[in-house]
Amino acid sequence: MSSVADDLHHDEHHDHKPAGIMRWLLTTNHKDIGTLYLWFAFIMFLVGGAMAMVIRAELFQPGLQIVEPNFFNQMTTVHGLIMVFGAVMPAFTGLANWMVPLMIGAPDMALPRMNNWSFWILPGAFLILLSSLFLEGGGPNFGWTFYAPLSTTFSNDSTALFVFSVHIMGISSIMGAINVIVTIFNMRAPGMTWMKMPMFVWTWLITAFLLIAVMPVLAGAVTMVLTDKYFGTSFFDAAGGGDPVMFQHIFWFFGHPEVYIMILPAFGIISHIVPTFSRKRLFGYSSMVYATASIALLSFIVWAHHMFTTGMPLFAEMFFMFATMLISVPTGVKVFNWVATMWRGSISYEMPMMFALAFIVLFTIGGFSGLMLAITPVDFQYHDTYFVVAHFHYVLVTGAVFSIMAAVYYWLPKWCGKMYDVTLAKWHFWCSMISVNLLFFPMHFVGLAGMPRRIPDYALQFADFNKWISIGGFAFGLSQLIFLALVIKASRKIGEPATAQVWDGAEGLEWEVPSPAPYHTFETPPEVK
Amino acid sequence: MTQPSQSNNNRMVIKLVAIVIGMFGFGFALVPLYDVFCDITGINGKTNPYAATYDVNTDVDTSREITVEFITRNQSGMVWDFEARTKRITVHPGELNTVEFYVKNPTAKDIVGQAIPSVSPGTAALYLNKTECFCFEQQPLQAGEEALMPMQFYVDPQLPEDIKVFTLSYTLYDVTGTSSVAMNRG
Ligand code: HEM
Ligand SMILES: [Cu+2]
Repeated sequence: MSSVADDLHHDEHHDHKPAGIMRWLLTTNHKDIGTLYLWFAFIMFLVGGAMAMVIRAELFQPGLQIVEPNFFNQMTTVHGLIMVFGAVMPAFTGLANWMVPLMIGAPDMALPRMNNWSFWILPGAFLILLSSLFLEGGGPNFGWTFYAPLSTTFSNDSTALFVFSVHIMGISSIMGAINVIVTIFNMRAPGMTWMKMPMFVWTWLITAFLLIAVMPVLAGAVTMVLTDKYFGTSFFDAAGGGDPVMFQHIFWFFGHPEVYIMILPAFGIISHIVPTFSRKRLFGYSSMVYATASIALLSFIVWAHHMFTTGMPLFAEMFFMFATMLISVPTGVKVFNWVATMWRGSISYEMPMMFALAFIVLFTIGGFSGLMLAITPVDFQYHDTYFVVAHFHYVLVTGAVFSIMAAVYYWLPKWCGKMYDVTLAKWHFWCSMISVNLLFFPMHFVGLAGMPRRIPDYALQFADFNKWISIGGFAFGLSQLIFLALVIKASRKIGEPATAQVWDGAEGLEWEVPSPAPYHTFETPPEVK
Repeated sequence: MTQPSQSNNNRMVIKLVAIVIGMFGFGFALVPLYDVFCDITGINGKTNPYAATYDVNTDVDTSREITVEFITRNQSGMVWDFEARTKRITVHPGELNTVEFYVKNPTAKDIVGQAIPSVSPGTAALYLNKTECFCFEQQPLQAGEEALMPMQFYVDPQLPEDIKVFTLSYTLYDVTGTSSVAMNRG
């Protein structure tokens, strides 16, 4: 295998792709589609980030100064929707498209046509969602969780647009998930048995099953909101015999597995990076597989930990409390396995490893605050405060988003054939690392002190903390522009050429193809020993 | 394994799509499941929407005293005056009692109201038997009309020992528009 990339005519030979925009519109190539997903996710990350800047600007000082409360609510709602469905999930799907075929030695995804569709309906969904912000009366303002009756009785006229856009997002991710499952089941290279599959492939396989199990339930929930609002049904309307609390049960039956959809692929990524830069095999591979599967199964029986304050009977509160705490056992297994992998390894601190280490520490903080929230009696105090906001941003930003950044640093040389700019990378890492903690850590304190979430104004005693939180927020937002510059630079093929293996401790089929990976790979399947 | 037959893929896709459709259906099946589950366990505090019959031979357990509290509230947009004439009452399990609620439609138009009961703690709902309640039906009130609405109930002697106080709250909804066919309620 050639070790130096042949970057002059790497993708000119044996492929027949139309030029310009048509190449991207019609492509069925897993690498093209992966790239599309990743760029789309990045753009959505910046759009959702801009909304976060509006939120933090308003919260910089107590009082109302920049935006109307109703617009503020639209910002928190659309920020959440975009980050979950537009940034984190498509980024993981993009990584799956790029890496799963390379990791299992397949020439492409199993269903390339559907792959094209599942990407290209996404921009439409988000155009609909974003355009609703400019309508008379504004966009959705009921929170990303769209609790009834906020989203039914009290919502504005653009709710139908919200519902349709969520339907399309759901269809897109279901198609993506089906594609991943079929690819992994049917296209593994000879000799790649289940227990030889790379962790990223395993975690994505399990994620894909979660997706096809719960995205349809989300589709059902938005459909019920739609018919309650426009067609006179009473699923969630007590006056007509429905029950608004039932909305929360249905939503969180989707919602809790959804948060694991956003973290399991991250676990997979970290399970590749830590061994590479520790120059050791992953400690406890099979326990990692079983832990992932048990997290996925348990995620179906903990949903009501989001509903401790809805007046559930004592036995239900106890059940959901203990079931939730049980999930942290397999999660802990993973953290210990990563640490054990590093133990006595010869560790080097390239950028993917830096992000992976930051992930391990900061995600664990998010896990601990989750455990605190899982304690029913104290959740009565913390529920709907900034403490919850701190919790889910630690698991989602320093968890899911940091893992995606780690993955980009790790595989960018494989995608572009060039090493990233190390100076920019260091700036990006340290600026992000400092600002993200300034942004989210004090939220624990204001939350414990009782500052409610989703409000545009707050009591005076929270002013100092909020000022620092906003400064952290602006700094974190700006730091991501460094990342943007770095990615643009690498994708314009500026930088040191990368070798095929890129990292000297890296193992796996994806490192056996040249860098940049040719347009077509593994047309004859590799043999896995 | 690398070049799977197309039919292999198709069979798998069909199975997966079946799961997707099944889960979509499951989302809706949760609605009746939830109702049945809550009916049996009483955990969401809903009382029976139809009248119980009172057996005059029911043993009244005079050794126990249960405090029942009554709360009323209006769903936003409902303009009636609505209040419990009895705010709290102490009863013995098994004993039949009647309390009254006052309503008035202060507006110049006819309105139909619907009161929705809810009991807290939820498990007490299973043991609250209403033999007569204005909440069983929609209540039309003409412009300016007022009324006293009775509610007759008894507490099942099986009520768990640890429940000594429970609260029955009524939320009053304006259902004028929906009592026939509902259109846009936005
Ligand atoms: C040790 C593991 C975890 C535990 C014990 C846990 C527990 C909880 C609890 C009890 C709540 C509800 C708090 C409240 O509303 O009062 C919550 C909220 C939340 N968690 Fe976690 N969690 C864990 C991991 C995660 C992970 C891995 C993610 C995502 C990657 C996540 C994302 C969220 C989100 C988004 C919310 C807030 C949803 C909302 O109300 O908008 N959690 N968590
Ligand atoms: Cu949860």
